[in-house]
Amino acid sequence: MDAVTMDRTLIRIAHEIIERNKGVQDLVIIGIRTRGVPLARRIAKKIEEIEKVSIPMGILDITMYRDDLTAVGPQPIVRQTNIPFRINDKKVVLIDDVLFTGRTIRAALDSIIDLGRPKFIQLAVLIDRGHRELPIRADYVGKNVPTSLDEVVEVNVMEEDGKDSVILIEEEE
Amino acid sequence: MPLNRKDLLGIEPLSVEEVNLILDTAKAFKEVSTRDIKKVPTLRGKTIINLFFEPSTRTRTSFEIAGKRLSADILNISASTSSVVKGETLIDTARNLEAMYPDIIIIRHSRAGAPQLLANICRASVINAGDGAHEHPTQALLDAFTIRENKGQIKGLKVAIIGDILHSRVARSNIHLLTKLGAEVRIAGPATYIPVEIEKLGVKVFHHIDAALEGCDVVMMLRIQRERQDKSYLPSLREYFNLFGLTPERLKRAKKDVIIMHPGPLNRGVEISSEVADGPYSVILEQVTNGVAVRMAVLYLLMGGKYEEVVS
Repeated sequence: MDAVTMDRTLIRIAHEIIERNKGVQDLVIIGIRTRGVPLARRIAKKIEEIEKVSIPMGILDITMYRDDLTAVGPQPIVRQTNIPFRINDKKVVLIDDVLFTGRTIRAALDSIIDLGRPKFIQLAVLIDRGHRELPIRADYVGKNVPTSLDEVVEVNVMEEDGKDSVILIEEEE
Repeated sequence: MPLNRKDLLGIEPLSVEEVNLILDTAKAFKEVSTRDIKKVPTLRGKTIINLFFEPSTRTRTSFEIAGKRLSADILNISASTSSVVKGETLIDTARNLEAMYPDIIIIRHSRAGAPQLLANICRASVINAGDGAHEHPTQALLDAFTIRENKGQIKGLKVAIIGDILHSRVARSNIHLLTKLGAEVRIAGPATYIPVEIEKLGVKVFHHIDAALEGCDVVMMLRIQRERQDKSYLPSLREYFNLFGLTPERLKRAKKDVIIMHPGPLNRGVEISSEVADGPYSVILEQVTNGVAVRMAVLYLLMGGKYEEVVS
């Protein structure tokens, strides 16, 4: 996926969110760190351009809620969660870049529910690559990309990586 | 970048990267204490033991709250109500506790090196909550965190530490940490309270408080320990206050945006006047709030967490 396609996909997701929720009353957007955050900002901005209303946006860091803190790999750095508004009775739309096993979303759900009682939580992802390990699904999907387990889906966003793209990489044997 | 340590025994062995990792992590944990539900499941199922051989209000409560907010199982053992009273040795105490599989043991002891002894024989991670006059690493870390929150960065700041430096583990840990981070550290107090050759740690020694305060960004007051008065370190507490007490008039010599710190507990009218302690420059209570966040970060980082990165 190149920058132009990515942009069109985000516009389509923004429209779908407005359509499904019949407007943006009580809607809030929460991006999951790290790359879900710039995507969330863009989607929130596009919704604002369409509906001419500003949408509250929050940043969620799920490191404290991970279920794999003692597995093998480097230490995850904890960053700040910043949700500067109450979420009780709000319609929360979570945004992440890739939906894979579903464990990140499970952690995000637990984290949000510890912060309040939203009216409902919906999920928008740029890429769904399959291989769910939990019963989790996205409400809005940018693109479905069937992958094998030794492939890697690399999402680059301008704000973090200096370019917009999605690449499928096959891991070397 | 992981904290590749089993234990936190002091500031001296830490690298600048490790210090920054702890302080950055603490910033994220500070937010948890502002929520309605002050809990995250990060250390669920971990067992933490507070093993305190000396009295404590702040440090012990702070560690207890930090552990509880991370969903850990944390319990307190006070030496005065334990079998230490019956003559059980430190090593035996440690071995017996280890047999119950704790993940972290936090120890405060009157003898320097006690935490190191424990760290050598225990599989559990050991955190030094104060050993004799040697080190009190989490205090220095929360002090550095507080300074950073108020001043942006520590490099280049003029910090004065005033009081009974000789007996103070807080002073020593802070000297290590602040010099590591590039601050200009000044210490001041009566000559009886200044350790011999302390300049070798990279600090400037002052024998008069006014000179030490000149142009300071941060002033850290240390408690004069009333219980040591029988050893003739001072003529009287009142004379100490006259010569070294921090009053509003003396404070004028420091910078306009100076911050006043104190590890607690305060002796009002001895090392610090109530006006200053309760005044607009004091960040003493902020230090206590930040203590919980910093201790949450330390507990979290020692429990290691490595994870199989879910690539996105």
